Order: sequence, then structure tokens, then C-alpha cells
Amino acid sequence: MAINLSNSNIATRENRIGSITGYVGTLKDLARKSECGTLKGCSRCFSQSSTCLSSCGLGQLAGIRDVAIIHHGPAGCSVASSNAYYMSKVMSKKRGVTSDTVYVGTDMNENDTIFGSTESLKKVILEVNRRYSPKAIFVSSSCATGIIGEDIDSIVDEVREEVGVPIVAVHCEGFKSRIWATGFDISDHAVLQEIVKPPRQGVKTNKINFKNFFESARPEIIEIFKKLDLEPVFLYCNSTVEELSHLSESLATTCICGTLGNYLGNALEEKYGVPYIRSINQCGIKGFEAWLREIGKVTGRSEAVESYLEEQRAVYLPQIEEVKKELKGLTAVLGMGPGYTFEVSRVLDELGIKVVWALAWHYDKKYENGDVPPSMKYLLDNDIDFETSVADQQNYEVMNILNKYKPDMYLSRHPGSTVWAIKNGTPAIYVADEYMIFGYKHTLEFAKTILDAVKNRSFEENLASRTKLPYTDWWYKQNVDTFLEEAK
Amino acid sequence: MAKLLDKQRYKCALGAMQSVQAIQRALPILHSGPGCAQKLCESVGSSGYFSPNIFPCTSVNEKDVVFGGVKKLDSTIENALKVIDADLYVVLTGCIPEIVGDDSEEVVSRFADSRKPVIYAPTAGFKGNNYKGHEQVIDAIVNQYLKKTDKKQKGLVNIWADVPYQDLFWLGNIREIEKLVSELGLIPNTIFGYQRGIGQINKIPEAEFNLLISPWVGVSSMKNMERKLGIPFLHYKTLPIGATETSRFLRTVGEYAGVDKEITEEVIRKKEDYYYYLIERYADIFLENRVINKQFTVVSDAQYVLGITKFLVNDLGLIPAKQFVVDDTPNKYREEIKEEFKNLNYGIKADVSFETDGYKIHEEIKNHDYHGYPLVLGGYYEKEVTEKLKGNFLNISYPVQDKVVLDNFYAGYAGGIRLIEDIYTVAVSRFN
Repeated sequence: MAINLSNSNIATRENRIGSITGYVGTLKDLARKSECGTLKGCSRCFSQSSTCLSSCGLGQLAGIRDVAIIHHGPAGCSVASSNAYYMSKVMSKKRGVTSDTVYVGTDMNENDTIFGSTESLKKVILEVNRRYSPKAIFVSSSCATGIIGEDIDSIVDEVREEVGVPIVAVHCEGFKSRIWATGFDISDHAVLQEIVKPPRQGVKTNKINFKNFFESARPEIIEIFKKLDLEPVFLYCNSTVEELSHLSESLATTCICGTLGNYLGNALEEKYGVPYIRSINQCGIKGFEAWLREIGKVTGRSEAVESYLEEQRAVYLPQIEEVKKELKGLTAVLGMGPGYTFEVSRVLDELGIKVVWALAWHYDKKYENGDVPPSMKYLLDNDIDFETSVADQQNYEVMNILNKYKPDMYLSRHPGSTVWAIKNGTPAIYVADEYMIFGYKHTLEFAKTILDAVKNRSFEENLASRTKLPYTDWWYKQNVDTFLEEAK
Repeated sequence: MAKLLDKQRYKCALGAMQSVQAIQRALPILHSGPGCAQKLCESVGSSGYFSPNIFPCTSVNEKDVVFGGVKKLDSTIENALKVIDADLYVVLTGCIPEIVGDDSEEVVSRFADSRKPVIYAPTAGFKGNNYKGHEQVIDAIVNQYLKKTDKKQKGLVNIWADVPYQDLFWLGNIREIEKLVSELGLIPNTIFGYQRGIGQINKIPEAEFNLLISPWVGVSSMKNMERKLGIPFLHYKTLPIGATETSRFLRTVGEYAGVDKEITEEVIRKKEDYYYYLIERYADIFLENRVINKQFTVVSDAQYVLGITKFLVNDLGLIPAKQFVVDDTPNKYREEIKEEFKNLNYGIKADVSFETDGYKIHEEIKNHDYHGYPLVLGGYYEKEVTEKLKGNFLNISYPVQDKVVLDNFYAGYAGGIRLIEDIYTVAVSRFN
């Protein structure tokens, strides 16, 4: 990858790394086609609503403490501001810090779409700066401002000197990409462009950049890293601008989700030589070990890693083996972002649960460095195969699959998805917390949670027997790929 | 003109998909970007028969921006009819198709003969907020689906209140108002919520009148129905909360509908009797607590600012500090609404400001002398500022993070009691 930090616009995942959102087949076929370059994603002539990349992009940036997000567009685009406000209050409180991050909109109206509104935007930026004295300002476009060609880059340049803090244009037109994860890349790009500074001369550190979502496992990771004489810097929830400015000095970058961390990790490596930990992720036994060993290797701490793993294995592995006996033979369908689908499928395999179908909300043929994602490589190397589809949260396809396969469980990571499995009578496990399967301890908890979920199906049965599903019988008789069309 | 929207309280017109969602078995079909539904729908109370991730969506992409998205809209509607079992399909357009000039109306007209009705409402985000979008949806139903009829059902009254989902208590409120109206011997007809769908929509033209309970939302739709369907309307501006206003409401509706006065008074007597039985028993908690002061502020949309102000002043004897209406009420309604705030017991007048800039609201709250702990009823944004002033905060309107409401309500006599319960639940959580 060649990252270009001189331009605030970054190419979408589709264009940059050939990501797709439409495919039905098997894991091995998907991998083979990716490798030989014949994989072409399909489009759909019927789809249901999914997610906007601005939610991912600006949601990430709004997690940073004491910054301002200015979302230039109609009120619907900036509606995320209310949740961002809530998140910044409760997340900082949990951590015992404060955050005065502010997320505002510009309530663009019809006149603005005709005459433009860059002057108003300029005033808004200056007023927000006056009111809150943010440590950095992110000015985002929307579909409407993007189409009418509002030049937010020029406005940002015009006010840069006056605001006196890092300020950057963020291009979040929702129509750009069907892959909302492009938003993660957009937020990384903005941080890299304006906030991250070159390493200071002579500064020695034992820090590891740790890209995650909501840092629920922060205390325990700090403990683990302490044993290795390392210190994690969690991003971006509760990050400070000062912390971010020194990301280039860290020993390495790692992430909880390849989809989330890939752009930042690769860019820091390419630009500043900060190694990016490329391993399967921390979920499950194999994942945790591979990940920690890779950190040991990169930072020269392999011995400490081995002794830590040995000690932990003795505690947890026998317990996991015990639960596995009860899980054996269960079947699962899962639907998640690709950063999790192919990791969680691996964990399910480790636990003896048979994956009958895995849906990924998109699929990256390769990561920024040109490699097949490690999670995929692991499955192939270990001869694991199952039916697979790529669908941007197309609920009707999920329901078609659940209805045909009637698995023991459906695992999902996205809001609004689990209820549909339950209405179908399928127990659902909401793998929302990114640390739900982290390391030995949470793998054990995860296994026990699955057991609990399949043991008491009362709620599912109660609801399923009293509700009617919204899909027609006709649809349940169709193949899941009915509405897929060859990309033109 | 674009402005600083600091501490945003409303969505855009496309948010009207939630009004559609509130009609049972009515399905929004979105001609918009892929993520508009997820942004505009809360994940609380949204997983009904249809949820946002069921809404068909053209998920407009870069190519559609350049070449137009009408073909995609056509196939999305066509397949939505095949895949999803609904009674009414409402196509809503977002910003992109309206800027690039897709003729969505023409596409929708191709489905005029389909098995189920397909209608269309232009709800581009830049056209207004979701209060406006809500009206667009009602107008679309009236103009494209309903027909004027001479057949009238005696006593049938269509009832309209504020915006589903945007209003946390929409379901409970409308049910409670239905109950009150039916106690007068009238037959209420509403289209939102449990068991309210196409059947109730079909009955709209047969009503003797429309009853609108809102300071301004829906006024234009009522006028439209008067024109198109010949249905007159009674506009009752204040959401009745508590005894004083609810009794006034019942008298006004009874008189308008020609209900025997004695019947109305008998209903009121019975309701007030129970209401004051409760108030009497709990009067000591109102009189003898150390934290609820006389002065209060409401930060909400026009309906709650007006309804709660009247309730707290006329029923509980509190005094209004400054009140803030945050729904971007159109200018033409503001003066009339302000007048309502002058119409309080003992000639008390409430100072009311139409303000969408939350920063300014917070500055005013901070600078006001509540001569004691402030009582602030508002959105989640007011929590921190109230706590810093050692005041009492109740989250009654958007954004809501401090409360889960399934079918609770503040309307009517019983609603007033619920609001008292909520306020004093906050009060008893502290001593002084």
C-alpha cells in the first residue's frame, strides 16, 4: 500500500483493496478466487438498509477526548451526535477521566443545497472553537454536501491559522462505499494526516498501540502487558490528542479487529517503521497464543510471553476442555464483519461447534500490505471449510439461511440483528463486546455463555411462537443468492 | 441557512420512516444512502414486525449519483412487494435522489395497480426535520391513498398527536387519549401503534372530525384533510397532563362533538375524584421534601414544554423559570404558542424561547436564579448541567438515555400521576 497523507480523500475499500459485499459459495472457493484474482463481488437488485460509513468514521473520532466533530449536512446525518455525547460522558466516567468532546451538525436546508453554505460552515467552525477550545477539530462532509461540491478542504485551510489546533477535513459521503468499515480507514487517515507527529528524537518507550472499540478489557490487558514490561495505548475511545500525536514512537501496533486496525497499523509501519502485529486475533486459544507470541517476537519478549502463556494454560485449558464436552455437536450460523466472522468461526471450531454457514458483512480480498487476511489463511491452512456468503447485513438473506439450516445458535455482532434469529426460534448470542472471546479467560466465559444460551430457549420459543415473520413464504423458498447480480 | 446545531434534538425529514414504522404492517422503502435507517432509528422499541434492518433500501452508490437511481428504485419496490409481507408500502426519498433529480414519483406511479398500495413521500433531509417529515407521511396517505366519502360514522373521531418514536411516550399517550375520548361516548380512530394499521387508515374519511393534540405538528395535515376529505378539525394545542388540563380538554372536545354536558361532567368528576384521592395521600411528599424547589425548566419539543409547564403550574403550583422549545417550530406558529404560555393560573406567564442551540440553553440555565435546586425536565444533554447545579433532572425527551419506556405515558389524569411518580422518584433518591 502506498498511503498518501497529503490528500484528505482516501479511496474506498472497494477501490483500494478490492473488497466486496456480494458473494455466495464456500470459504475455500472464496479464498481460491481471491488468490487467483478472479473474485468479483456481486451487487444486489434488492437490498435492505445497512450502515453508513460516517457512523464508523465519526464514531471513532468522537471517542477521542476533548475534540470537536463538525458534521456538515442535514440534521439526519449529525443525529449520531446525541449518542456520541452519551458515549463520551459514560466512557470517560468509567475510566475516571473527563471528556468535553463535542459533536455538532450544521442543519443544512434546501437553500444551502442551491447556494452552498461554506460561509456558514466557516462561522460554525470558529464558534465551536471559541465555545469549547477543542484540542483538535474534524470537519466532515455528508452525502448532500459532497454532491453539491462544498469545498470543505478549502474552508479548513482558511481557518487553520485562526483556530490554532489541528484541524482536518474528513470525507464521509455515505454513498461512497457500501462497506461501512471504510469509515474506520477515514478516521485513521484523518488522525494520521493532522495529529500523529514524527517520533521525537531520543524518546524511548515500551508502548504498544492497541486499536480497539470500547476498551472493556483495559485493566486486564494492562496487567498482562505489565508482566511483559509493555504498556498498551488504547485507541480511540478515551484517547487524548497528545497520546495520538506520539503513536509513531510506539514499539508496535496491534488491534482487536483486523477490519478496524488494518489501515492505521499498516500506515504507521509504512510511514514510521512501527511494526504492525499481523496475526490471527486474540479470540480463542490459538488466537490468543499466536497474537501474544507475535508481540513477543516483535518486541523481543518471547521468553516472558512463553512463561505467561504456560501459567495461564494450566489454569484455563482444563476448564475449557470440560465445557467443550457439552458443546460438541452443536451447529452455528454467524454473521459479523469479516474481522470477526473468520476469527469466531475458528474459535467455534476449537470449541467443537460446527459452523454451517458464515456470513461476513464484507470481504477484504487482501489487506493493505497485499496479504490475504490472517484469519482466512489460518482456516485454509487447517483445512476448515463451510458455506460462506458476503452480505452487507442483508437480513433477508440471514433469515433465509437460518430457516433452511435451523442451527442451534446464531452469533452476531451488530445491533438489531439478534432479534430476527430469535423470532425464527434460533437462540442468538450477541458478540457485541470486542473482548467477549479475548484470551483464555473470556474464551472460557464465551463457551459457558453459549451453553447457557442453548440450554434455556424459553425466551426464543415464547417470542417465536407468538410473532409472525415479515418475509413471505415465496422468499423462504428462494435461493439465498436470488437477488445477486454479476457486477457490471 | 446552515447553522450551528449544538446538542441536536431532532432528526431530518427522512426520520419520518419511524412514523411509517409506527403504523402496523406499513413498510418504509428508502431511496437513500445505505445507512440512513440505522442512523435515524433508535434501537429502543424498534424491533417490531418491521425493524430498520428490514426496510428495503436502494443504498444509493457513486454510480447512482452520476447516472440516477430510478432503475434501482424500481427493482427495490418490485422485490419488496415479493419478499416482505406488508399492507402499505411507503417510499421515502432521502437527500441524494432529490439533489440529483431522480423522478421517484414517476417510479412509484408504476406500482399503482400492484396488489398492495404503494405511496410516496419526499423526505429529503434538507427539506426539514422529522416533525415536518411526519406531516409529509400523513399527507402522502391522504393525498395518494384515501378518497373522500359521504359515508360518515356517528361519533367517529380521528385523533392525532405528536411524532411516534421522537416522542418517548407516543404509544402510551395516544392510547390514554383514546380511552378518555371514548369515555365521552365518542369512537376514537388512530393509526399508530398496536392493532392500528391499514384498517384504521381506511376509516379516516368516515370520521366526523379530526382531533389534533399538538401545539403545531400536524396542523398543515389537518388543513389538508379538511380540503381533500372534507373533515373539519378541532385543534387542541396543549397535551393534557394532569387534572386541570385534562378536564379542560374533555370539556372542549365534548362541547365540539356535541356530547351531553352531563356526561362530560360525570366523566370529569369520577376522574378527578380518583386523581385527588392520590394527590391527597401523597401531598406530604410534595410539601415536605427538601429538594424540589418551586422553579422549573422544561427543555423539549413544543408539546411537552407546553403540556408540562401547564401541569406543573396549574396542578402542582410550581413557578416556571425560562422554558425552551427545541423542535425548530416554524416561525408562523411561534406567536400563537407563546400566547399559550401566558394563559396560566393566577396570571402567571412563562418566558419561552424557541432555541435549537443547546449551548445557549445551558448558559441560560446556568445563569438563572432558581433560588434553590433547579428542577429540569429535558433531554439527556441537560443531565450534566443540572447535576453541576445540584439540581434534579428528569429525562423526558430526545435524546433519551436515562429511561426505558415501553408503554408509559404522561397524557391525561393518569399520565399526570405517572409524571409525578417520575419527578419524585428523582427527588427521593437524595435527602437534601
